[in-house]
Amino acid sequence: MARMKFLCDAERCIECNGCVTACKNENEVPWGVNRRRVVTINDGVVGAEKSISVACMHCSDAPCMAVCPVDCFYRTDDGVVLHDKDLCIGCGYCFYACPFGAPQFPQAGAFGLRGKMDKCTFCAGGPEADRSDAEFQKYGRNRLAEGKLPACAEMCSTKALLGGDGDVIADIYRDRVVRRGKGSEVWGWGTAYGPGKPGAQPPAQPRTGGRS
Amino acid sequence: MRAFFLALTLFGLAACGESEQVVVYKQGKYQGKPDSRPWDNEPLAQELRGGSWTKGNRESWEESIKARQLAQHEHKRIYQ
Repeated sequence: MARMKFLCDAERCIECNGCVTACKNENEVPWGVNRRRVVTINDGVVGAEKSISVACMHCSDAPCMAVCPVDCFYRTDDGVVLHDKDLCIGCGYCFYACPFGAPQFPQAGAFGLRGKMDKCTFCAGGPEADRSDAEFQKYGRNRLAEGKLPACAEMCSTKALLGGDGDVIADIYRDRVVRRGKGSEVWGWGTAYGPGKPGAQPPAQPRTGGRS
Repeated sequence: MRAFFLALTLFGLAACGESEQVVVYKQGKYQGKPDSRPWDNEPLAQELRGGSWTKGNRESWEESIKARQLAQHEHKRIYQ
């Protein structure tokens, strides 16, 4: 049984914001709402700054679900946390409960009116007919129903952001870490991506020196 | 003429119909619309580059999406 998750490799993320743009474009997310964003960790610390792409992490025990007073959240069979905008009252409790700041609220109306909550859907749409206009208008594109992965992960140029079944992407990440080693070994194109020649063999063990 | 008035009456009475709009909330239980599952859809046409699976078959959809997930592993792609 698949349990969909995101995993962002902070060693690879170059803060290009391609994932943010891909999400906005694919789902036609309105101005002022950011379902995904890239944050800097260790900001200002020389040599320790990293970037990481953050959106809804589709928690297995989601705090937003726990605090919602109208119970508009549900979890799909493949582990994606979604919500029904017809039930949402825009109270903002989920925003305070979420450790990732994933829930977003459009504020296009008068007096700073807070609209219904909007968040990353893992490109899985919502409780409307799959691939329908109604689903697209409310929740964005349903790429899972098209047999595709979220646009942010598939568009990531350095493949820092992985999306999919937690077991599968954890295996991919583990394999990468074993190949590239640690510390200075992680630097450099060749170490991160390999030589890229057809028929070339992967390095038997992590290299000892960094290559830029 | 009679048919016209009958139609007009029916049209007027249609406004009296009222569908239930109030959701009765039960604590801790999702009360919204049911959602369909991704594998219950037909796969996209080949040129749209979606996955290929048998409609309604969860295993085949998971297999298709897993192949797509593994394509994110550039070592697998480079050294094939």
